[in-house]
Amino acid sequence: MELPFFYLFAAGIVGASLLMVTRANVIHAALSLVLVFLFMAGLFVLAGAEFLAGVQILIYAGGIMVLYLFSIMLMNVGVAVRLRQWHRQSALAFLAAALLALEVWVVLWKVSLPAGKAWPWQLGQTPGNVEALGMVLYTKFLFPFEVASVLLLAAMIGAIVLAKRQITR
Amino acid sequence: MGIAIEAAVALVKIAVVLGAVSLVVAYLTYLERKIIARIQVRMGPMRVGWHGLLQPIADGIKLLLKEDIIPAKADRVVFVLAPIMVLVPAFVVYSVLPFSPSFYITQVNVGLFFIIAVSSLGVFGIVMAGWASNSKYSLVGALRSAAQMLSYEIFLGFSIIGPLMLAGSLNMQKIVEAQSEVWFVFYQPLAFVVFFIAALAETNRVPFDLPEAETELVAGFHTEYSGMKFAFFFLAEYANIMVVSTVAVTLFFGGWQGIGWIPLPGFVWYVLKLGAMIFVFIWIRATLPRYRYDQLMRLGWKFMFPLVMANIFLTGLVKFLFL
Repeated sequence: MELPFFYLFAAGIVGASLLMVTRANVIHAALSLVLVFLFMAGLFVLAGAEFLAGVQILIYAGGIMVLYLFSIMLMNVGVAVRLRQWHRQSALAFLAAALLALEVWVVLWKVSLPAGKAWPWQLGQTPGNVEALGMVLYTKFLFPFEVASVLLLAAMIGAIVLAKRQITR
Repeated sequence: MGIAIEAAVALVKIAVVLGAVSLVVAYLTYLERKIIARIQVRMGPMRVGWHGLLQPIADGIKLLLKEDIIPAKADRVVFVLAPIMVLVPAFVVYSVLPFSPSFYITQVNVGLFFIIAVSSLGVFGIVMAGWASNSKYSLVGALRSAAQMLSYEIFLGFSIIGPLMLAGSLNMQKIVEAQSEVWFVFYQPLAFVVFFIAALAETNRVPFDLPEAETELVAGFHTEYSGMKFAFFFLAEYANIMVVSTVAVTLFFGGWQGIGWIPLPGFVWYVLKLGAMIFVFIWIRATLPRYRYDQLMRLGWKFMFPLVMANIFLTGLVKFLFL
Protein backbone atom coordinates (compact mmCIF):
# COMPACT_ATOMS: atom_id res chain seq x y z
CA MET A 1 0.00 0.00 0.00
CA GLU A 2 2.89 2.34 0.72
CA LEU A 3 4.76 1.78 -2.52
CA PRO A 4 2.37 3.58 -4.92
CA PHE A 5 2.31 6.54 -2.56
CA PHE A 6 6.08 6.55 -2.41
CA TYR A 7 6.26 6.74 -6.19
CA LEU A 8 3.58 9.43 -6.24
CA PHE A 9 5.47 11.61 -3.77
CA ALA A 10 8.84 10.91 -5.40
CA ALA A 11 7.47 11.85 -8.83
CA GLY A 12 5.98 14.97 -7.24
CA ILE A 13 9.35 15.94 -5.80
CA VAL A 14 11.12 15.46 -9.11
CA GLY A 15 8.45 17.29 -11.09
CA ALA A 16 8.19 20.21 -8.69
CA SER A 17 11.97 20.51 -8.43
CA LEU A 18 12.22 20.69 -12.22
CA LEU A 19 9.53 23.36 -12.23
CA MET A 20 11.44 25.25 -9.55
CA VAL A 21 14.70 25.47 -11.48
CA THR A 22 13.13 26.14 -14.89
CA ARG A 23 10.61 28.87 -14.06
CA ALA A 24 11.72 32.36 -15.09
CA ASN A 25 9.37 33.99 -12.62
CA VAL A 26 10.86 33.90 -9.10
CA ILE A 27 7.45 33.68 -7.41
CA HIS A 28 6.52 30.63 -9.49
CA ALA A 29 9.87 29.06 -8.57
CA ALA A 30 9.29 29.75 -4.87
CA LEU A 31 5.78 28.27 -5.01
CA SER A 32 7.18 25.15 -6.71
CA LEU A 33 9.66 24.85 -3.86
CA VAL A 34 6.73 24.86 -1.44
CA LEU A 35 5.29 21.95 -3.43
CA VAL A 36 8.61 20.10 -3.10
CA PHE A 37 8.47 20.54 0.67
CA LEU A 38 4.91 19.23 0.82
CA PHE A 39 5.80 16.11 -1.15
CA MET A 40 8.86 15.59 1.07
CA ALA A 41 6.61 15.75 4.10
CA GLY A 42 4.58 12.97 2.46
CA LEU A 43 7.74 10.85 2.17
CA PHE A 44 8.53 11.45 5.84
CA VAL A 45 5.07 10.24 6.81
CA LEU A 46 5.58 7.07 4.79
CA ALA A 47 8.89 6.51 6.59
CA GLY A 48 7.08 6.68 9.93
CA ALA A 49 8.53 10.07 10.86
CA GLU A 50 5.32 12.06 11.44
CA PHE A 51 7.00 14.64 13.61
CA LEU A 52 9.60 15.37 10.97
CA ALA A 53 6.83 15.70 8.38
CA GLY A 54 5.05 18.24 10.58
CA VAL A 55 8.26 20.18 11.16
CA GLN A 56 8.95 20.11 7.43
CA ILE A 57 5.59 21.75 6.68
CA LEU A 58 5.56 24.12 9.65
CA ILE A 59 9.15 25.42 9.46
CA TYR A 60 10.11 25.12 5.81
CA ALA A 61 6.83 25.55 3.97
CA GLY A 62 4.92 27.63 6.51
CA GLY A 63 7.80 29.69 7.91
CA ILE A 64 10.87 30.03 5.73
CA MET A 65 9.06 30.10 2.39
CA VAL A 66 6.67 32.78 3.64
CA LEU A 67 9.72 34.83 4.54
CA TYR A 68 11.15 34.23 1.04
CA LEU A 69 7.91 35.24 -0.63
CA PHE A 70 7.74 38.29 1.59
CA SER A 71 11.13 39.49 0.38
CA ILE A 72 10.57 38.43 -3.25
CA MET A 73 7.34 40.39 -3.42
CA LEU A 74 9.25 43.54 -2.55
CA MET A 75 11.41 43.17 -5.66
CA ASN A 76 10.45 43.95 -9.21
CA VAL A 77 9.78 40.46 -10.55
CA GLY A 78 9.11 41.74 -14.07
CA VAL A 79 12.73 42.82 -14.54
CA ALA A 80 14.10 39.48 -13.37
CA VAL A 81 11.95 37.60 -15.89
CA ARG A 82 13.56 39.46 -18.81
CA LEU A 83 17.11 38.60 -17.72
CA ARG A 84 19.03 35.74 -19.31
CA GLN A 85 17.89 32.54 -17.56
CA TRP A 86 20.62 30.06 -18.43
CA HIS A 87 24.36 30.04 -17.81
CA ARG A 88 26.29 28.50 -20.71
CA GLN A 89 28.00 25.92 -18.53
CA SER A 90 26.00 22.79 -19.35
CA ALA A 91 29.11 20.58 -19.74
CA LEU A 92 30.31 21.47 -16.25
CA ALA A 93 26.80 21.00 -14.85
CA PHE A 94 26.48 17.53 -16.40
CA LEU A 95 29.86 16.55 -14.98
CA ALA A 96 28.92 17.70 -11.48
CA ALA A 97 25.54 15.95 -11.68
CA ALA A 98 27.17 12.71 -12.86
CA LEU A 99 29.67 12.83 -9.99
CA LEU A 100 26.89 13.38 -7.47
CA ALA A 101 24.80 10.54 -8.92
CA LEU A 102 27.83 8.24 -8.74
CA GLU A 103 28.42 9.18 -5.11
CA VAL A 104 24.79 8.58 -4.14
CA TRP A 105 24.81 5.26 -5.96
CA VAL A 106 28.03 4.12 -4.22
CA VAL A 107 26.69 5.09 -0.81
CA LEU A 108 23.39 3.27 -1.39
CA TRP A 109 25.22 0.22 -2.70
CA LYS A 110 27.59 0.05 0.29
CA VAL A 111 24.99 0.66 2.99
CA SER A 112 22.22 -1.69 1.93
CA LEU A 113 19.96 -2.25 4.90
CA PRO A 114 19.55 -5.87 6.05
CA ALA A 115 16.02 -7.09 5.41
CA GLY A 116 13.69 -7.09 8.39
CA LYS A 117 15.71 -4.61 10.41
CA ALA A 118 13.93 -1.37 11.16
CA TRP A 119 15.26 2.03 10.32
CA PRO A 120 16.67 3.79 13.40
CA TRP A 121 13.79 6.27 13.54
CA GLN A 122 11.20 3.48 13.72
CA LEU A 123 12.76 1.84 16.76
CA GLY A 124 10.89 3.79 19.40
CA GLN A 125 7.56 3.53 17.64
CA THR A 126 5.47 2.33 20.57
CA PRO A 127 3.39 5.44 21.40
CA GLY A 128 4.24 7.43 18.25
CA ASN A 129 7.70 8.67 17.63
CA VAL A 130 7.31 12.19 19.04
CA GLU A 131 7.99 10.86 22.53
CA ALA A 132 10.88 8.71 21.32
CA LEU A 133 12.38 11.63 19.43
CA GLY A 134 12.12 13.90 22.48
CA MET A 135 13.72 11.26 24.69
CA VAL A 136 16.63 10.71 22.35
CA LEU A 137 17.16 14.42 21.71
CA TYR A 138 17.31 15.31 25.40
CA THR A 139 19.35 12.33 26.61
CA LYS A 140 21.65 10.71 24.10
CA PHE A 141 22.04 13.64 21.70
CA LEU A 142 21.74 16.45 24.21
CA PHE A 143 25.18 17.90 23.49
CA PRO A 144 24.91 18.05 19.66
CA PHE A 145 21.38 19.39 20.08
CA GLU A 146 22.53 22.22 22.35
CA VAL A 147 25.52 22.96 20.10
CA ALA A 148 23.15 23.29 17.15
CA SER A 149 20.96 25.71 19.12
CA VAL A 150 23.95 27.84 20.11
CA LEU A 151 25.10 27.88 16.48
CA LEU A 152 21.67 29.04 15.32
CA LEU A 153 21.56 31.66 18.05
CA ALA A 154 24.99 32.97 16.98
CA ALA A 155 23.85 33.15 13.36
CA MET A 156 20.73 35.04 14.40
CA ILE A 157 22.65 37.55 16.50
CA GLY A 158 25.11 37.98 13.64
CA ALA A 159 22.31 38.73 11.19
CA ILE A 160 20.78 41.28 13.56
CA VAL A 161 24.15 42.99 14.10
CA LEU A 162 24.73 43.18 10.32
CA ALA A 163 21.25 44.53 9.67
CA LYS A 164 21.28 47.10 12.50
CA ARG A 165 24.77 48.47 12.07
CA GLN A 166 23.89 52.14 12.38
CA ILE A 167 22.33 52.03 15.84
CA THR A 168 23.26 55.14 17.79
CA ARG A 169 22.73 55.70 21.43
CA MET B 1 -11.69 -6.69 1.45
CA GLY B 2 -11.06 -5.10 4.85
CA ILE B 3 -9.16 -2.19 3.46
CA ALA B 4 -11.84 -1.46 0.83
CA ILE B 5 -14.57 -1.27 3.48
CA GLU B 6 -12.40 0.91 5.66
CA ALA B 7 -11.74 3.23 2.75
CA ALA B 8 -15.47 3.40 1.93
CA VAL B 9 -16.36 4.22 5.56
CA ALA B 10 -13.66 6.88 5.64
CA LEU B 11 -14.95 8.40 2.39
CA VAL B 12 -18.51 8.54 3.73
CA LYS B 13 -17.27 10.21 6.91
CA ILE B 14 -15.27 12.71 4.89
CA ALA B 15 -18.32 13.48 2.73
CA VAL B 16 -20.50 13.98 5.82
CA VAL B 17 -17.98 16.28 7.51
CA LEU B 18 -17.33 18.22 4.31
CA GLY B 19 -21.03 18.74 3.65
CA ALA B 20 -21.82 19.67 7.25
CA VAL B 21 -18.89 22.05 7.51
CA SER B 22 -19.76 23.78 4.23
CA LEU B 23 -23.35 24.31 5.38
CA VAL B 24 -22.35 25.46 8.88
CA VAL B 25 -19.78 27.82 7.41
CA ALA B 26 -22.42 29.36 5.15
CA TYR B 27 -24.66 29.88 8.17
CA LEU B 28 -21.80 31.36 10.18
CA THR B 29 -21.90 34.33 7.82
CA TYR B 30 -25.60 34.71 8.68
CA LEU B 31 -24.87 34.36 12.39
CA GLU B 32 -22.13 36.97 12.18
CA ARG B 33 -24.37 39.46 10.38
CA LYS B 34 -27.21 38.87 12.83
CA ILE B 35 -25.10 39.14 15.98
CA ILE B 36 -23.25 42.24 14.82
CA ALA B 37 -26.55 43.78 13.77
CA ARG B 38 -28.02 43.12 17.23
CA ILE B 39 -24.95 44.56 18.95
CA GLN B 40 -25.29 47.68 16.78
CA VAL B 41 -29.07 47.84 17.46
CA ARG B 42 -30.02 46.90 13.90
CA MET B 43 -32.09 43.99 12.61
CA GLY B 44 -29.62 42.43 10.18
CA PRO B 45 -30.89 40.36 7.21
CA MET B 46 -34.70 40.06 7.47
CA ARG B 47 -36.03 39.74 3.90
CA VAL B 48 -35.09 36.29 2.59
CA GLY B 49 -37.06 33.71 4.55
CA TRP B 50 -38.16 33.94 8.19
CA HIS B 51 -35.83 36.46 9.90
CA GLY B 52 -33.54 36.18 6.86
CA LEU B 53 -32.80 32.50 7.45
CA LEU B 54 -32.43 31.78 3.73
CA GLN B 55 -30.01 34.67 3.23
CA PRO B 56 -26.84 32.47 3.04
CA ILE B 57 -28.47 30.33 0.32
CA ALA B 58 -29.41 33.44 -1.65
CA ASP B 59 -25.87 34.78 -1.21
CA GLY B 60 -24.41 31.50 -2.40
CA ILE B 61 -26.55 31.47 -5.54
CA LYS B 62 -25.70 35.09 -6.22
CA LEU B 63 -21.95 34.44 -5.92
CA LEU B 64 -22.18 31.33 -8.12
CA LEU B 65 -23.98 33.21 -10.89
CA LYS B 66 -21.81 36.31 -10.81
CA GLU B 67 -19.33 37.02 -13.57
CA ASP B 68 -15.91 35.70 -12.70
CA ILE B 69 -13.43 38.43 -13.55
CA ILE B 70 -9.69 37.87 -13.90
CA PRO B 71 -7.81 41.17 -14.26
CA ALA B 72 -5.95 41.52 -17.58
CA LYS B 73 -2.58 42.08 -15.92
CA ALA B 74 -2.98 39.34 -13.34
CA ASP B 75 -0.84 36.22 -13.22
CA ARG B 76 -3.61 33.86 -14.34
CA VAL B 77 -2.35 30.54 -12.96
CA VAL B 78 -1.48 31.85 -9.50
CA PHE B 79 -4.64 33.98 -9.45
CA VAL B 80 -6.82 30.89 -10.02
CA LEU B 81 -4.84 28.67 -7.64
CA ALA B 82 -4.84 31.15 -4.73
CA PRO B 83 -8.47 30.66 -3.53
CA ILE B 84 -8.02 26.89 -3.72
CA MET B 85 -4.79 27.16 -1.74
CA VAL B 86 -6.67 29.04 0.98
CA LEU B 87 -9.61 26.66 1.09
CA VAL B 88 -7.82 23.28 0.99
CA PRO B 89 -5.75 23.59 4.21
CA ALA B 90 -8.79 24.99 6.01
CA PHE B 91 -10.74 21.81 5.18
CA VAL B 92 -7.88 19.29 5.44
CA VAL B 93 -7.53 20.12 9.13
CA TYR B 94 -11.01 18.73 9.82
CA SER B 95 -9.63 15.23 9.25
CA VAL B 96 -8.08 15.12 12.74
CA LEU B 97 -10.61 17.13 14.78
CA PRO B 98 -12.43 15.10 17.46
CA PHE B 99 -16.15 15.86 17.13
CA SER B 100 -17.26 13.29 19.71
CA PRO B 101 -15.79 10.22 21.47
CA SER B 102 -16.66 8.02 18.51
CA PHE B 103 -16.95 10.36 15.54
CA TYR B 104 -13.75 11.56 13.93
CA ILE B 105 -12.25 10.91 10.51
CA THR B 106 -8.86 9.75 11.68
CA GLN B 107 -6.60 9.76 14.72
CA VAL B 108 -3.03 10.87 14.24
CA ASN B 109 -0.30 10.65 16.84
CA VAL B 110 0.74 14.17 16.02
CA GLY B 111 -2.82 15.46 15.61
CA LEU B 112 -2.41 18.88 17.15
CA PHE B 113 0.93 19.40 15.47
CA PHE B 114 -0.67 18.43 12.15
CA ILE B 115 -3.35 21.10 12.65
CA ILE B 116 -0.80 23.82 13.39
CA ALA B 117 1.38 22.77 10.45
CA VAL B 118 -1.39 22.52 7.86
CA SER B 119 -3.15 25.70 8.91
CA SER B 120 0.17 27.54 8.56
CA LEU B 121 -0.14 26.84 4.82
CA GLY B 122 -3.26 28.96 4.47
CA VAL B 123 -1.17 32.12 4.36
CA PHE B 124 0.23 31.03 0.97
CA GLY B 125 -3.17 31.43 -0.62
CA ILE B 126 -3.42 34.97 0.72
CA VAL B 127 0.10 35.87 -0.39
CA MET B 128 -0.50 34.30 -3.81
CA ALA B 129 -3.79 36.13 -4.21
CA GLY B 130 -2.27 39.46 -3.27
CA TRP B 131 0.69 39.11 -5.56
CA ALA B 132 -1.13 37.59 -8.56
CA SER B 133 -3.82 40.30 -8.61
CA ASN B 134 -1.19 42.82 -9.72
CA SER B 135 -2.86 45.54 -7.68
CA LYS B 136 -1.24 47.77 -5.09
CA TYR B 137 -3.94 47.25 -2.48
CA SER B 138 -3.78 43.49 -2.87
CA LEU B 139 0.01 43.44 -2.66
CA VAL B 140 0.04 45.51 0.54
CA GLY B 141 -2.56 43.16 1.99
CA ALA B 142 -0.43 40.15 1.08
CA LEU B 143 2.71 41.68 2.58
CA ARG B 144 0.89 42.42 5.79
CA SER B 145 -0.47 38.91 5.89
CA ALA B 146 3.00 37.38 5.51
CA ALA B 147 4.50 39.61 8.20
CA GLN B 148 1.57 39.01 10.54
CA MET B 149 1.82 35.29 10.07
CA LEU B 150 5.55 35.27 10.81
CA SER B 151 4.98 37.10 14.08
CA TYR B 152 1.93 35.16 15.24
CA GLU B 153 2.57 31.60 14.17
CA ILE B 154 5.43 31.39 16.66
CA PHE B 155 3.57 32.18 19.84
CA LEU B 156 0.52 30.32 18.61
CA GLY B 157 2.78 27.28 18.56
CA PHE B 158 4.27 28.05 21.97
CA SER B 159 0.90 28.75 23.60
CA ILE B 160 -0.24 25.15 23.06
CA ILE B 161 2.85 23.74 24.75
CA GLY B 162 1.55 24.44 28.27
CA PRO B 163 -1.62 22.33 27.89
CA LEU B 164 0.41 19.75 25.97
CA MET B 165 2.75 19.32 28.92
CA LEU B 166 -0.28 18.59 31.08
CA ALA B 167 -1.88 16.20 28.59
CA GLY B 168 1.35 14.47 27.62
CA SER B 169 0.16 13.76 24.09
CA LEU B 170 -0.37 15.43 20.72
CA ASN B 171 -3.30 13.15 19.94
CA MET B 172 -6.51 15.22 19.99
CA GLN B 173 -8.63 12.44 21.54
CA LYS B 174 -6.10 11.85 24.32
CA ILE B 175 -5.93 15.57 25.07
CA VAL B 176 -9.71 15.56 25.56
CA GLU B 177 -9.56 12.45 27.74
CA ALA B 178 -6.89 14.06 29.93
CA GLN B 179 -9.41 16.76 30.88
CA SER B 180 -12.08 14.44 32.27
CA GLU B 181 -11.73 16.02 35.74
CA VAL B 182 -10.54 19.60 35.29
CA TRP B 183 -10.46 21.61 32.07
CA PHE B 184 -7.03 22.90 31.19
CA VAL B 185 -8.31 26.47 31.04
CA PHE B 186 -8.22 26.48 34.84
CA TYR B 187 -4.60 25.30 34.91
CA GLN B 188 -3.51 27.37 31.92
CA PRO B 189 -5.49 30.62 31.81
CA LEU B 190 -2.52 32.57 30.46
CA ALA B 191 -1.92 30.07 27.67
CA PHE B 192 -5.60 30.29 26.75
CA VAL B 193 -5.56 34.08 26.49
CA VAL B 194 -2.41 34.03 24.38
CA PHE B 195 -3.80 31.23 22.20
CA PHE B 196 -7.03 33.11 21.65
CA ILE B 197 -5.22 36.30 20.60
CA ALA B 198 -2.97 34.31 18.27
CA ALA B 199 -6.05 32.59 16.87
CA LEU B 200 -7.63 35.96 16.11
CA ALA B 201 -4.48 36.93 14.22
CA GLU B 202 -4.26 33.55 12.50
CA THR B 203 -7.78 33.87 11.10
CA ASN B 204 -7.24 37.54 10.14
CA ARG B 205 -10.08 38.67 12.34
CA VAL B 206 -10.60 42.03 14.02
CA PRO B 207 -8.49 43.48 15.69
CA PHE B 208 -5.87 41.83 13.44
CA ASP B 209 -7.67 42.05 10.09
CA LEU B 210 -4.86 44.10 8.55
CA PRO B 211 -4.57 41.98 5.37
CA GLU B 212 -8.08 43.02 4.33
CA ALA B 213 -8.51 46.28 6.26
CA GLU B 214 -11.54 47.60 4.34
CA THR B 215 -11.03 51.16 5.47
CA GLU B 216 -7.47 51.40 4.13
CA LEU B 217 -6.99 48.77 1.42
CA VAL B 218 -10.42 48.52 -0.28
CA ALA B 219 -10.60 44.80 0.48
CA GLY B 220 -6.94 43.94 0.90
CA PHE B 221 -5.68 40.76 -0.70
CA HIS B 222 -9.03 39.84 -2.31
CA THR B 223 -9.75 43.25 -3.85
CA GLU B 224 -9.63 41.88 -7.41
CA TYR B 225 -11.61 38.71 -6.76
CA SER B 226 -15.23 38.22 -7.69
CA GLY B 227 -17.86 35.50 -7.89
CA MET B 228 -17.07 32.06 -6.56
CA LYS B 229 -13.35 32.74 -6.06
CA PHE B 230 -14.27 35.56 -3.68
CA ALA B 231 -16.66 33.20 -1.92
CA PHE B 232 -13.81 30.71 -1.46
CA PHE B 233 -11.88 33.24 0.60
CA PHE B 234 -14.88 33.79 2.82
CA LEU B 235 -15.60 30.08 3.20
CA ALA B 236 -11.96 29.55 4.18
CA GLU B 237 -12.08 32.35 6.73
CA TYR B 238 -15.11 30.90 8.48
CA ALA B 239 -13.82 27.34 8.17
CA ASN B 240 -10.64 28.53 9.89
CA ILE B 241 -12.64 30.19 12.65
CA MET B 242 -14.29 26.84 13.29
CA VAL B 243 -10.93 25.09 13.29
CA VAL B 244 -9.27 27.41 15.81
CA SER B 245 -12.43 27.39 17.93
CA THR B 246 -12.36 23.61 17.92
CA VAL B 247 -8.70 23.57 18.88
CA ALA B 248 -9.44 26.02 21.71
CA VAL B 249 -12.37 23.89 22.90
CA THR B 250 -10.28 20.72 22.67
CA LEU B 251 -7.20 22.11 24.39
CA PHE B 252 -8.75 24.26 27.07
CA PHE B 253 -12.43 23.39 27.52
CA GLY B 254 -12.44 19.61 27.55
CA GLY B 255 -13.69 19.00 23.99
CA TRP B 256 -16.73 16.73 24.06
CA GLN B 257 -16.54 16.19 27.84
CA GLY B 258 -19.70 17.27 29.63
CA ILE B 259 -20.16 19.43 32.71
CA GLY B 260 -21.23 17.68 35.91
CA TRP B 261 -23.93 15.02 35.51
CA ILE B 262 -26.03 16.65 32.80
CA PRO B 263 -26.73 13.74 30.43
CA LEU B 264 -26.05 15.07 26.95
CA PRO B 265 -24.19 13.23 24.19
CA GLY B 266 -20.55 14.26 23.60
CA PHE B 267 -21.30 15.77 20.23
CA VAL B 268 -23.90 18.14 21.72
CA TRP B 269 -21.39 19.35 24.31
CA TYR B 270 -18.87 19.90 21.55
CA VAL B 271 -21.34 21.92 19.48
CA LEU B 272 -22.40 24.01 22.50
CA LYS B 273 -18.82 24.89 23.40
CA LEU B 274 -17.95 25.55 19.77
CA GLY B 275 -20.93 27.86 19.44
CA ALA B 276 -19.92 29.83 22.53
CA MET B 277 -16.38 30.16 21.22
CA ILE B 278 -17.53 31.39 17.81
CA PHE B 279 -19.86 33.85 19.49
CA VAL B 280 -16.86 35.37 21.28
CA PHE B 281 -15.09 35.70 17.93
CA ILE B 282 -18.01 37.64 16.48
CA TRP B 283 -18.49 39.67 19.66
CA ILE B 284 -14.86 40.80 19.49
CA ARG B 285 -15.30 41.85 15.87
CA ALA B 286 -18.18 44.08 16.87
CA THR B 287 -16.28 45.55 19.80
CA LEU B 288 -12.64 46.29 19.03
CA PRO B 289 -10.95 48.65 16.57
CA ARG B 290 -8.08 47.51 14.36
CA TYR B 291 -4.46 47.45 15.48
CA ARG B 292 -1.92 49.48 13.58
CA TYR B 293 0.73 47.51 11.72
CA ASP B 294 3.67 48.29 14.02
CA GLN B 295 1.52 47.87 17.13
CA LEU B 296 0.66 44.38 15.99
CA MET B 297 4.33 43.48 15.55
CA ARG B 298 5.33 44.94 18.88
CA LEU B 299 2.51 43.18 20.70
CA GLY B 300 3.47 39.89 19.12
CA TRP B 301 7.20 39.87 19.61
CA LYS B 302 7.77 41.99 22.69
CA PHE B 303 4.77 41.09 24.83
CA MET B 304 3.13 37.83 23.82
CA PHE B 305 6.30 35.91 23.13
CA PRO B 306 8.01 36.49 26.53
CA LEU B 307 4.66 35.89 28.24
CA VAL B 308 4.19 32.51 26.63
CA MET B 309 7.79 31.51 27.37
CA ALA B 310 7.24 32.38 31.03
CA ASN B 311 4.11 30.23 30.96
CA ILE B 312 6.05 27.22 29.65
CA PHE B 313 8.72 27.73 32.29
CA LEU B 314 6.16 28.00 35.11
CA THR B 315 4.24 24.96 33.89
CA GLY B 316 7.43 22.93 33.80
CA LEU B 317 8.44 24.10 37.26
CA VAL B 318 5.06 23.33 38.82
CA LYS B 319 4.88 19.97 37.08
CA PHE B 320 8.38 19.06 38.26
CA LEU B 321 7.80 20.14 41.87
CA PHE B 322 4.22 19.11 42.60
CA LEU B 323 3.08 16.47 40.13
